[in-house]
Amino acid sequence: MLNIVVCVKAVPDPKEACNIKIDPDTKTLLRCDVPLVLNALDKNAMEAALQLKTQFEAHISVLSMGPPEAGNIVKECLALGADQGFLLSDPAFGGADAFATAFTLAKGIEKIGSFDVVFCGMASSDGSTEWVGPEIATFLDLPVVTLVKEIVDCDGATWKVKASVENGYRLMQVELPAVFTVTREVNTPRTLSFSGIIKARKKEIEQWGINELGVTRETVGLKGSPTIVSELNAQEENKRQAEMISGTRDEKADVLVQKLVDAGVL
Amino acid sequence: MIDFTFTEEQEMFRKAAREFAETQVAPHIDEMEKTGEVSDAVVKALGEAEMMAITIPEEYGGLGLGYTERLIAVEEISRVSVATGMMLQVFALGIEPIVKFGSEALKKKYLPGLAKGEKLSTTAVTEATGGSDPTGIRSSYKKDGDNYILNGRKCFITNSHIADTITVLAKDEENPKAFCAFVLDKDLAGWKATHKEHKVGMRGCNTGELAFENCVVPAAQLLGEEGKGLRVTMAAIGDVGRGGMVGVALGLQAACLEESIKFANERILYGKPIAALQTIQNKLADFKIDLEAGRLLGYRAAAMQDKGQRSSNEFAVAKYYTTEACQRAAKMAVDIHGGYGCMEEYAVSRYLRDSYVVGPSAGTSDIMKVIIGRWVLS
Repeated sequence: MLNIVVCVKAVPDPKEACNIKIDPDTKTLLRCDVPLVLNALDKNAMEAALQLKTQFEAHISVLSMGPPEAGNIVKECLALGADQGFLLSDPAFGGADAFATAFTLAKGIEKIGSFDVVFCGMASSDGSTEWVGPEIATFLDLPVVTLVKEIVDCDGATWKVKASVENGYRLMQVELPAVFTVTREVNTPRTLSFSGIIKARKKEIEQWGINELGVTRETVGLKGSPTIVSELNAQEENKRQAEMISGTRDEKADVLVQKLVDAGVL
Repeated sequence: MIDFTFTEEQEMFRKAAREFAETQVAPHIDEMEKTGEVSDAVVKALGEAEMMAITIPEEYGGLGLGYTERLIAVEEISRVSVATGMMLQVFALGIEPIVKFGSEALKKKYLPGLAKGEKLSTTAVTEATGGSDPTGIRSSYKKDGDNYILNGRKCFITNSHIADTITVLAKDEENPKAFCAFVLDKDLAGWKATHKEHKVGMRGCNTGELAFENCVVPAAQLLGEEGKGLRVTMAAIGDVGRGGMVGVALGLQAACLEESIKFANERILYGKPIAALQTIQNKLADFKIDLEAGRLLGYRAAAMQDKGQRSSNEFAVAKYYTTEACQRAAKMAVDIHGGYGCMEEYAVSRYLRDSYVVGPSAGTSDIMKVIIGRWVLS
């Protein structure tokens, strides 16, 4: 039996990005005004686990840290085919940076118990640090492969995966248990199905706070976060520009190519 | 106290239907618009996504969900493609009479295949002389031993050329007050789909005519009791048909509003987006009022239907309101888009054409008012 843990995050719906506000004091996102959705790259992580389940006997636990409303995205993962759901939710977890988030998730994974593989999305659409996966591995003292774009061989205790690098990939061999963060290239996530939603009725979500995890308030949330956001500035909106190029077809093509070269596109 | 909220599970069904529509249906819209033909890929995807199984009981391979969930699915799919929403809503018109009035043998024979989408269904009531008034139909049957002999023609039948099973209504040749509803297989000799219609909108949703000529229908294919077929088809059309059209209209209204908001925020006039103009805001507010009111009417009727209460009158109100509103919405959406609204590259031009096909489907607004008038006077 392959035991898989998939870490997922509830993020503000990117379609509502214009309505996202930031707490001026803590410099953290105010999530209450925007609906929360399953982080897009975590769907790829879920899909990777689900595809393994079609090949091997496997058990998928889905783990998230967030406010109680994040239970909806755990439920969504259960509807996609995960077997068990865990939500780490406690007011003390609020305002966590990547370090404190990874610490809390690692504690959650330890409490889940036996596991062979931990899948995470490469990054979240709100924080985009790409740190949580590697930091979970550090806390659990496990090997990690980041930016996995293809699982080449997963039959056995040693896996081969392709990990993206600029202009290519690294072929990595890793002993399980291990942590993998995946890119969107790794697969095409399935969509929710009506029958999956019905099956999820019988699946429970366990909720754990600081007491269940056996951690202190100082180690989690804002208090346990070494990263301090000192300042936030709004980026100026890009001003679109248009320029009409005149001349013959060949002349226009030459001018266009030169402009693309000058702009560093080519 | 009345609870107007959807359950968490219903919200998830909406999300599933929306994801399905945006990923599986949207990529085929251009092809459907161009050819006017049903997309095989869309039909296959609808089956794989269990969209035809929603109201079929679990013991026959369905999902055993309610009419509220069906309305959610039809609304979300119609938000992306009215043609596909219409096709799906009419599949249910073919399924409902079997679920409600079919013998155990007929249920076992048809429902599992229909639930999987391996077989497609429709219902055929309308003729040149009767549709909203089904007593005016001329298609007839005659008892002949263990069979019925069926003759006649049907028109404006959605899914006419793609359905594998069809529920058809006919009148007793000798008794104009007696009607029978039968379920027929595509390969049964004596009937065929004939003329294909070319509609102004809902392109990609098949509509056409059916002809029956001495079609020998085994008695085992009878739905409900002999002579009481009107009850069978009216149950399908009254609640399920009108309910489905409410979903189609709501989806179209939502699409009109979304496209209009998007355009109004992008189109610059007098140095600012036209959304800043009160005249545009007034239109957007009208959209929203109609959509909110339509949803309350439609989902209330669906909730009543789920409780087993009679809901055909409430659906008549909802059908009238939402289909009229979707026509207003489509016109306003085109108006907001100005010249762009006349271009086929912009979805609102499709919405306008679609909206005029939504109106008469499952009964015109005037017929809805006749029904509502009878209701208030009864």
